[in-house]
Amino acid sequence: MAARVTMPEGRFMLAFPMLLFFGAFFVAPLLLLVAVSFFDDPDITVPGLSQYTGFLSDAFNWRVLGQTLLLGVKVVACTTLLAYPIALLFLAAGPRLRRVLLMLILVPLLTSVVVRTFAWIVLLSREGVVNSLLLSLGIVGAPVQLLHTELGLIIALMQIELPLMLLPLVSVMARLDPNVVAASQALGAGSWRTLVRVILPLSLPGYAAGVLLVFASSTAAFVSQSVIGGGRLIYMPLFVYQQATTLYNWPFAAAISVILVLAISLVAFGINHLGRSARGNIHG
Amino acid sequence: MADGARRGLDLDLWSYRILLGLLGMLALVIMVGPVLIVLAISFTADSSMRFPPSGFSLRWYEALFDPVRSSQIHRAAINTVQVGLWATAIGTLLALLAALALARARGVAARSADTLFVTPLMLPQISFAVAALVFFSMIGFEAAKPAIVIGHVVVCVPLVYKTISASLSQLDPALIESSASLGASRLRTFRRITLPIILPGIGAGAFLLFMASKDNVAVSLFLSDARTNMLPIRMWQMLEGTLDVRVAAVSGVLILATLVLMLAMERFVRISDRLR
Repeated sequence: MAARVTMPEGRFMLAFPMLLFFGAFFVAPLLLLVAVSFFDDPDITVPGLSQYTGFLSDAFNWRVLGQTLLLGVKVVACTTLLAYPIALLFLAAGPRLRRVLLMLILVPLLTSVVVRTFAWIVLLSREGVVNSLLLSLGIVGAPVQLLHTELGLIIALMQIELPLMLLPLVSVMARLDPNVVAASQALGAGSWRTLVRVILPLSLPGYAAGVLLVFASSTAAFVSQSVIGGGRLIYMPLFVYQQATTLYNWPFAAAISVILVLAISLVAFGINHLGRSARGNIHG
Repeated sequence: MADGARRGLDLDLWSYRILLGLLGMLALVIMVGPVLIVLAISFTADSSMRFPPSGFSLRWYEALFDPVRSSQIHRAAINTVQVGLWATAIGTLLALLAALALARARGVAARSADTLFVTPLMLPQISFAVAALVFFSMIGFEAAKPAIVIGHVVVCVPLVYKTISASLSQLDPALIESSASLGASRLRTFRRITLPIILPGIGAGAFLLFMASKDNVAVSLFLSDARTNMLPIRMWQMLEGTLDVRVAAVSGVLILATLVLMLAMERFVRISDRLR
């Protein structure tokens, strides 16, 4: 009996090293970041709000922030179009095919983002695969400029972020009770009706998780944004990088970082809320 | 009537299957194709990166493995592997201990710690990278490589923590209780019962942590100095510059290594089951 009382406490001590590590190297730096953002000068001597007021009063900054969040939304939408067919294929597949599909999802996931970005430089160039495909299908008459455009960036990010959308979606599909689908069909609902009324609603929690991951990752996808987007399209991560490492304006870089975290958290909160109310609708 | 309904059902079923099959295949091609195209280009005989290549050669691999011409790439690769191994060792140990402590714990403190340990996954890495840069500079921590290891542990450790926690949650508590009631000490129970059962989960998590560390851009970019170039950053510089075809060869090596490691991990720890 005595062992039962002391055991949980003794075991809890094992979390101490990780707590200490996170406290020192995760929580402390983030608190410092917030603190630094409330200074007016690059030397961090005069406290004040000028970084935030400066950021918010400049239309250029708003455009960069808006462009970044919008990029995330567009990438999420495009990724959805690719992710659902694969997830539904996974749902219909037997155990062996499911394993093959999971391995196929792993290949791009474990391949460096830089490598995948590099692939899209080749694919999107004037003589690249995408252009020759568009030409041979007669969709365009002459090669179109895709590199250094937002469209090219969205196409590339759609593939680069796809595994992040698929993992939570596929895990929901794996747990989906096959009897529910069978019941829907036995009751006379066709395949399309079953998809819209049963499978899609049940997959929403996984989809919401995927949306969060893709949104957070594509708004922060620095390498793709700078290499494929080119110099004319500026997004928040590059903006932070310029301020921190080439201009050494830490308070401003810190303020932009805090604003980026807040903006992403706000969107994440919204998505979570939507996901929860959608789940409520299914069961209630 | 019945006949008409039946035909309707068939149309419904077949239109669903055909459309799903076509779209699914297309999506799979878009997902995996680019990786295969990079692999193909790495064997090009051309001096520019075209697809399809005009001929097969190993010239870019020869250039890549040339110790003189590619010494910077080699140094970056060595740094990346070193940092990855350190981060994996430290991160896996911390995560294992924490997961053992918090498995099945229901208190508010335990749940908060659990949430804290996976937070880095949701936070934009760039924000943490700026924070780490400011933090290490202000406390006067000059050594770039240890700082990068610490940064990688923070942003990658949630992967291994989640994987180990998942295998612990599948562990039958009755096994632990019977081991204890048969008189085994807690250390002995851990060594003989818990560890063997969760070992594949630990292996899979450590693998994911290493892979994430070797691909990390944000943290490495902010914390590395001139002497500690990391491979993804080096490759990025090569992409921004004059499109050096050796990038394709580096990518080829990375892709082949990833495929081999992935198949090995699938064989030993069923990595595909642990992603969910």
